[in-house]
Amino acid sequence: MGAEMITIVNIVLLTMLCFSAVAIMLLRHLFAVAALTGAFSLLSAGLLVALDAVDVAFTEAAVGGGISTVLMLGTLALTQRREHRPPRFSLPALLVVIATGGALIYATSDMPAYGDPNAPALQHVVPVYIEGSRNDIGVPNIVTSILASYRGYDTLGEVAVIFTAGIGVMFLLGRRREDEDDEGMVRHGPGNDPESSEPEETAS
Amino acid sequence: MFIGATAALLVAMALTLIRAFAGPTLFDRVLAVNSFGTKTVLLIGALGFLTDRPEFLDIALLYALVNFIGTIAVLKFFRYRNLGLSSAESADREEID
Repeated sequence: MGAEMITIVNIVLLTMLCFSAVAIMLLRHLFAVAALTGAFSLLSAGLLVALDAVDVAFTEAAVGGGISTVLMLGTLALTQRREHRPPRFSLPALLVVIATGGALIYATSDMPAYGDPNAPALQHVVPVYIEGSRNDIGVPNIVTSILASYRGYDTLGEVAVIFTAGIGVMFLLGRRREDEDDEGMVRHGPGNDPESSEPEETAS
Repeated sequence: MFIGATAALLVAMALTLIRAFAGPTLFDRVLAVNSFGTKTVLLIGALGFLTDRPEFLDIALLYALVNFIGTIAVLKFFRYRNLGLSSAESADREEID
């Protein structure tokens, strides 16, 4: 009974996901779109939980539901709040999208069933990991042993990339704050004291 | 019982989503999206108990926190048209406006 219910939940969540995607496309008010993308991320995170991909759901909720909503609102504060003109209807674009979607749907017929232990992806190195994880690495959690040991250099590279990206973002945002002192306050209206407008908290 | 709760939550989610799509004013949409997030939290909790894995409650807690931050950001933007000001500066601008 529980499994059937999970299937129903999946179907309902996917339907709502489709509807919110269409609504995001149709709405012209960008503020409402930013709010709806937050709901979209929460929906897909809930779907990922229902599919047992809990770690991905964590990331989706934190990044999609939390940070990107804030980032989009920050962008809206710097630009304008309405989409300029509705995009024109374009027949070639529609044909390309339909062809690509059809090809993808056709390709899913070759995919192994969900959770099939004989799927090709689970036949290559996965048995080695499962057999050797406890004795070779000594970590009870297989996912941890793969990430931290079997693919340790891979993870090190990823961490380096993310660290570099973080440094780049810090440089960009720090510069933005310094030269906003003069221009930014003029735009916001009269009566503001430019001296107290920007806290000097950025690390030099 | 959990099946009934899950079904009721799905219906409620659909209703709030409809309000978020149709909402005439922005406040309607913000409120609908916020309560939609709450429904998601509840749904994840109910799903955890439905599948006999109540450990999912941790994720539900994370969602609650994230949803809160998002709503705060939306409302701050709504009030001050800016996200970069500290609270003291926001209070200054409130007096000016």
